[in-house]
Amino acid sequence: MIRLEAREQASRTAVIVAPLAAIAFTLAACGLLVLWAGAPIGRSFAALIAGGFGSRFALAETLTRATPLILTGLAAAVAFRARFYNIGAEGQLYLGALAAVAVGGLHGGAGFTLAAPLLFIAMMIAAMLAGALWLAIAAVLRTRLAVDEVVTTLLLNFVVLLFVSWMLDGPMKDPTAMGWPQSVALIPELELSKLVERSRLHTGLLIALGAAALLWAMLKFTALGFEMRAVGANSAAARFAGIPVNATVIKTALFSGALAGLAGAVEVAGRTSYVTLDMSPGYGYAGIVVAMLAALNPLGVVLAAIFIAGMFVGADSMSRAVMVPTYIADVIVAVALLAMLVAAQLVRFRVRWTA
Amino acid sequence: MMLADLWQIVASDAFWIATLRIGTPLIFGVLGVLLCERAGVLNLGIEGIMVAGAFAGWFAVYLGGSLWTGVLVAALTGAAFGLLHGVLTVPLGLSQHVTGLGITMATTSLSYFAYRVSFPKLTEPPRIAPFAELDFLLPVPVLGPVLGAQTALTILALALVPLIGYVLYRTPLGLAIRMVGENPAAAEGAGVSVTATRIGAIVGGSALMGIAGSFLTLAAFNAFFFNMVNGRGWICVALVVFASWRPGKALLGALLFAAFDAAQLRLQQSSVGGAVPYQWWLMVPYLLSITALVLVARKAAYPQALMKAYHRGER
Repeated sequence: MIRLEAREQASRTAVIVAPLAAIAFTLAACGLLVLWAGAPIGRSFAALIAGGFGSRFALAETLTRATPLILTGLAAAVAFRARFYNIGAEGQLYLGALAAVAVGGLHGGAGFTLAAPLLFIAMMIAAMLAGALWLAIAAVLRTRLAVDEVVTTLLLNFVVLLFVSWMLDGPMKDPTAMGWPQSVALIPELELSKLVERSRLHTGLLIALGAAALLWAMLKFTALGFEMRAVGANSAAARFAGIPVNATVIKTALFSGALAGLAGAVEVAGRTSYVTLDMSPGYGYAGIVVAMLAALNPLGVVLAAIFIAGMFVGADSMSRAVMVPTYIADVIVAVALLAMLVAAQLVRFRVRWTA
Repeated sequence: MMLADLWQIVASDAFWIATLRIGTPLIFGVLGVLLCERAGVLNLGIEGIMVAGAFAGWFAVYLGGSLWTGVLVAALTGAAFGLLHGVLTVPLGLSQHVTGLGITMATTSLSYFAYRVSFPKLTEPPRIAPFAELDFLLPVPVLGPVLGAQTALTILALALVPLIGYVLYRTPLGLAIRMVGENPAAAEGAGVSVTATRIGAIVGGSALMGIAGSFLTLAAFNAFFFNMVNGRGWICVALVVFASWRPGKALLGALLFAAFDAAQLRLQQSSVGGAVPYQWWLMVPYLLSITALVLVARKAAYPQALMKAYHRGER
């Protein structure tokens, strides 16, 4: 029989070795997949790393992809900290994108004009509100009726995608898009400027980094941050200590949904300029992995998001170079998640085999 | 108008045939979730395990295996990932939420990867000859026309309901499963191995989830498509709460849900329903699942030890 025994103190070597071992395991497991696809292992991994991190262009592309991942990662991190399992960031991201385009599109319509910077801020606020209020549904169902938020947020993702599909087919359809379901584009004044010339990297990265710093400070230094951590650590004890648990859960949900909604707005303003049904390749779900890899630390989220984004960008270029299907990136991310969970547990506990 | 349409739909054999067809993967899936949760473990791997079952079962048949070999391969695939989920969540005590999601991501992406590696340059998905309808049941009075249009997998799903009910409530094994889900310390005291029982229940439940997926590729359709599971796994996780973790109610819940879905599909094509955007109709199943959860949530009798890792000697 296996038994877990808490370590009195995690050894410093274990803390460093465990994540490295998890990454090594992930790469080894995915090496088998590369072999199965009939590609040379060395060249494939070289293409993966070079494609993700190997050049100025690769780095810019990786940081472009990391931008929404930082925000969805923060959305998951803040929610999971309070043990509110928001699995709906994907849907909140799409609603945020839709709200941003809807508000941005007000410009010039029906005699309404507003200075571009003000309208930009209104756009971002609308996106955050859309994400926050959408997640509030699941939060209220959880606090009022004890409905598990995992299932509701998962199911609501499908509802959002259908809603977006309808909006892009009807009310918000771009009439000039030749039948493609996409929204009207933002006017150029509302788009984020480029950070690096001849790349797609935009100032949205700075917004994401700012959000990470703010969230870190909020969790560490404010009363609300303390309450969130207390509710996550032990909600019964938190209630006993006089912390309003339900109110804290709802506030957490508002933060989490707002961050995911902001991810959608930043994607629209920085990269796509209009909403399509495939604008997110699962950033919402990958954000959960980012948050877990970062051990729910907002600053760690930045690093984890860059790692995951690098894997996605690298897998794209590996797939072009050696014909390994791009789905390998999703496998790497999922295996990395599971391996990292095990590694983290082994740092905290000693496994004892007993008779 | 709408009511007349609805009546016409419900009175037709086609409606009931569709209900059973739509319901079959849900019955397998809900029973699978039920087994895991009765033993105290949430298995959010279901969505991905259904994808893996759909792919593996179909691929086995494509490579020349019989249809039942395909079902077996799907069950074994599900069982293998169930074993992984079990080892990670039971003795290692990892978060059941996150592990399950991780397994869903891993199984989904592995299935898509395997499909792309096996068929690199394909635009039209390759097809297999799926399960045939059970024509010999057509002469059965009353139920004949509906049952005769089903496949053997539907009959298997229906037969599993009383079987799992019997095992859960009338055998020592079932008692052990329920005990480790309600009060693992007491189970341990009675000489039941919590670890082995929980892992066993997850493996069995996940095998059923694999079969649920294979129904899609071996009976409902005849090919493997991306996104074909499309949230059915999550719907099963909601339905088991609605069914208060009882096999009979699970069957009822799955069929009720399927009936709504079948009616919705037909109303879409009616004169009035056609005026409503199709996306609104497609939202109905997901909104229904949430409604079902809301209706029962207050009085839901969750297995007491659900989502609680058990470590011997701790309290």
